[in-house]
Order: sequence, then structure tokens, then C-alpha cells
Amino acid sequence: MDLHAALIAGFAAAIGPTAIAFAISALGLNLQFGYTGLLNIGHVAFMLMGAYGAAITVENGGSLWVGILIGILAAVVLGLILGIPTLRLRAEYLAITTIAAAEVLRLLVRSSWSEPLTGGVFGVQGFAGEFFALNPFDSGRVYDFGILPINGRRLFIIIVGWLLVVLLTLLLARLLNSPWGRLLRAIREDEDAARSLGKNVYARKLQSLTIGGALGAVAGVVLAIEQQNVVPDSFRPEITFIIFVIVILGGAGTIWGPVVGAVVFQFLFFFLDRLMRQAQANVPYVDEVLTAAGAAQIRFVLLGIGIILLLVYRPQGLIGNRREAVIGA
Amino acid sequence: MPEVAWTDSVEPKPGATKPDAVVTARGVQRFFGGLRAVDVDHLEIQRNSITALIGPNGAGKTTFFNLLTGFDQATAGSWELNGGSIAGIPAYQVARRGMVRTFQLTRALPRLTVRDNVMLAEPNHPGEAVSRALVGFWKPKETETAERAGQLLERFGLLHMADEYAGTLSGGQRKLLELARAMMVNPEVIMLDEPMAGINPALTQTLLEHVVRLRDDGKTVVFVEHDMDVVQEISDWVVVLAAGRVIAEDQPEGIAGNSDVIDAYLGTHHGEAAS
Repeated sequence: MDLHAALIAGFAAAIGPTAIAFAISALGLNLQFGYTGLLNIGHVAFMLMGAYGAAITVENGGSLWVGILIGILAAVVLGLILGIPTLRLRAEYLAITTIAAAEVLRLLVRSSWSEPLTGGVFGVQGFAGEFFALNPFDSGRVYDFGILPINGRRLFIIIVGWLLVVLLTLLLARLLNSPWGRLLRAIREDEDAARSLGKNVYARKLQSLTIGGALGAVAGVVLAIEQQNVVPDSFRPEITFIIFVIVILGGAGTIWGPVVGAVVFQFLFFFLDRLMRQAQANVPYVDEVLTAAGAAQIRFVLLGIGIILLLVYRPQGLIGNRREAVIGA
Repeated sequence: MPEVAWTDSVEPKPGATKPDAVVTARGVQRFFGGLRAVDVDHLEIQRNSITALIGPNGAGKTTFFNLLTGFDQATAGSWELNGGSIAGIPAYQVARRGMVRTFQLTRALPRLTVRDNVMLAEPNHPGEAVSRALVGFWKPKETETAERAGQLLERFGLLHMADEYAGTLSGGQRKLLELARAMMVNPEVIMLDEPMAGINPALTQTLLEHVVRLRDDGKTVVFVEHDMDVVQEISDWVVVLAAGRVIAEDQPEGIAGNSDVIDAYLGTHHGEAAS
């Protein structure tokens, strides 16, 4: 088996645009879930808002930059619509509402009724020209970085994307290390206690939900720009669960956990994928129990096992504080 | 203990008028379906005193606490803090107006440090606004808050635990933490829901001293309690609830001999021939 090729595939994915989008999305979910204790199981809806907001704006003659702002704004509005009626209630209500809203939104943009605006199942294409017009690299050229060649288009996204990840993480760190962040953690621990001390819990939960949603929208924009293509089925519910895995893998309630989680997740996912495909094609007997299609799926099984082991042996995630995690359990 | 002469001037009957009432409740009712959990016609709480709220299980003590502090919605009634109505306003605003409560089951914030638990309670922290948190300029207040929190932790004997997670505290230490946290809000009235529940006798004495000291600091303390020894020892005034109603009010010395109170605890027909 070619371990080298599998490592390269994993590494390429770990620094790639999808890892960037997942990292930003996980930053938002970590703010909501890891810090505030909000069970948002429809995070993908915020990504959808960002992606479609940008794409539809450009499609209708607007600038991409305005579109990105509209996408973020749409996510904030979605956060308010979902949060205002449910955040006064127990945590489960937000969970049910968000997961339902995410599916409703995906089916809505997919429907033939909304096709004039959203393109239905075919989605919207080719709206990120303004972004790539700024590319200082040659899109057609492949830049060679020793083991990993990257074409100019991808290189531009990777550089801008990771700068954005660092910037957003530092901004969030500033927020979370403030008394505002302390209040969010207090709400996560016991919102009645926070209330009894004179804290407006509802307002802070709404802030957390909308800011986290805005980050989700930015992640959606990154995905959309990278693919130059927004289709409804990119926003299936499992994306939310992948983001949850990333948050827990990295360490819920930590500043850099979501970023570490996204990188490690993408690496493992594509490393295992390549390994399984190789095994299926080259190792005797494996092809008898595993079809090529099966080999592509088995990484999900391995991922599930990995998550179980992680929760048992390292509940704090990769960079979380063990003592803190044990107290919470 | 300071001389508490006001108690002698108050008539020991339900709804008695107090010379300097900080809290006044009128016609407070709470129904759960057909069940009348709370039905308090009139109750005044004397400023800068320790008032015990006692009564049999199910008397509505905790429900009454929840109503006054905004943690439950009253079916009817009005109540005031310092003459201003606080009926029907959200719990967090009740706390901001100066009435802070603790809980029967302690609510330490386990994955925050003991120090953060107390610092959280600072009532006017600009850094709790998301815009200020981003822009900055809250550090001076944070320094001041940390200092005040340190003093309170020292006072309540928790300074050595300041940087531990609150989840590692013992039950008794959590009670102390709740008192420290409540004091951090700098309230006028502190409502303690069974502050001695589940505490070993040695710590009870410490806790009692802390509660008495709250009054000596000028706070008004209202507390729910089952242990009559505790009630006798520290309270200035005792209010008895039964079936949601105030059935008696008196000085602690007088309350145990009150026939209505004996009836409420032991049943109406004790000592009578079965009919």
C-alpha cells in the first residue's frame, strides 16, 4: 500500500478550503454549544444562508462583497427567528427547532417553487468572479511545495481562508476571554443561577446564537466560493453533525479547539479514505468482503468508532482541559 | 447581636405591620390548576432583620420565594421592594433591584473557578456587553471586581479554593460560595432557600455566623428553614406558612407556643378525643 500517497491526500485535505470552511463553522458552533450550552442541531442552515445570500445577490446583479454581507445578515435574521421564541424555553426546544428549520430551508431552496431565485436542485453557479479577480497567483499554474503541488486558484483560497480563520479566532478569543465570555459559560453551567445574580440570560443567548450563526454564514460563503457552485444538497443535516464532531474532537469550550478539530478531522477523513480504497484494490481478500463503494463508506464507520473512543478516553477533546471535562460529566 | 427592639412593638399576628418594611406583599396568589399553593394576604418584612419563613412540607414556602424573586409567575397580587413594585418583572431585574436569592439545591457553576463564580455576580460590569467586550476598556472594572471578589472569598473562607473549579467544592463550601456570590451583587434583601439543608452540624454554626453577619452589614435576610433550633438561634422574626397562607407571625420565642402553628404541624385534632 502506498502510505505516502494516503498521507499526502490527508494533508492536502487538512489545509484545504473545506477544512477552512469547517473550522469557521465550528468556531460558530463552539460559541453556541461549547461556551453557551445552546443545542443548535441545525447549524448547516446558517451555512446555507451565507452561501445562498452571496450567490443570489451576485446572480441578481449585486456585488459579491455586498452578497457576503447579505448572507451574514440573513443568518443573523435566521438566528433571531429561531432564537426569539425558543431561547426562553428549555434547551430541547432550540434543538428541535433548529434541526427542523435546517431541513425546511434546504427543501425550500431545492423546490421548483423557489427555482427562479435559487435555481432549485441545480443551484447557482459562477458568482465568485470578483474574488478570483483579486488572485495574485496564476490560476492555471501549479505551484510546487515539495511534496504537495497546489494550483494557483486553490493557493489563493487557502491563504485568504486561513488568514480569515486566524483573524476570526483571535476576535472570538477577545470576546470569550472577557466578562461577556464568562457570562456565557455561566449560562452554560446553570442559567437560573446566572439569572438569580441579575444577568439577562435571554439576551446573551440570543447574542451567542446570532454571532455563531454569522460565523456559520461566513463558512457557507467560503464553501460557495471554493466550489463556485451552491446546490441545496451540499447542506444536508450530516454537515451539522460533522461540525459537532469537529467541535468535540478539538475540544468544546476551547478557543483553538474548532480549528484543531477541523484540520485533524479532514486529515483523518481523507487519509482513511485513501487507505481503504488502496486496501480494497490491492490487498488480497479485502476485495472479497468490500466493494469499491463500500471502501468509500467504511471511513464513516471508522470515524464513528473513533468518536466513541474519543468520548470515552479523551472527553475533553484534543486540546481541552481534562479536569474541566470530568467535572462536567 | 444588636438590640432588636422593633420586634416588641409589632403585634404578633398574620399580616402584622412593621415599623420599617423593606418588602411588602399584598394578595399574592399562585394556583396550580385547582391547587392554591400560595395565598398570602399581607406580609411585611422588616428592614435589616433576619426573618425566618417556616412551615410544614408543601406549605408553599419555596413557591412564595419563587414568586417574590421572579422565578415563577403569580396568579394575582402585588409586592414591593422599597416601595417600588417588583411584581411580574423578570428574575434578573428583581436581582438588579436589590433582591437576590439562593437555591435549596446549591447552584454552583461547576466548570467555572470559584473566583469566576463570584466575579460573575458583579452587578455593573461593562465587559458583559458584547460591544464593550470586543472594543475593550473593561479591564479597570475587572481589576476592581477581582479585588472585591477576593475580599468576599476571604470572608467566607474560600480564598484557598479560589482557583479551583467550583465543581470540586464540598456541599458546605458550595453554600458558602452562594452566600459570597449573593453578597457580590450587593443586594438589599437576601433570600436564602434552606441555607442549612444537608450541611453537617459543625459547618451549620459557621454558616449561621455568616448569616448573622449579613444582617450586621445592613442586609435584610429572609430564609426558609426546617430546623427549629436554627430558627430560634438567629432569627429576629418568624413567619409561619401553612397551606399557602400566613397563619402566624411572632418573635422566635413566642412562635413555638402558638396554637395555630402546633395545629399546622401536628394536625388540628391532636390531643382531642377521636370523634
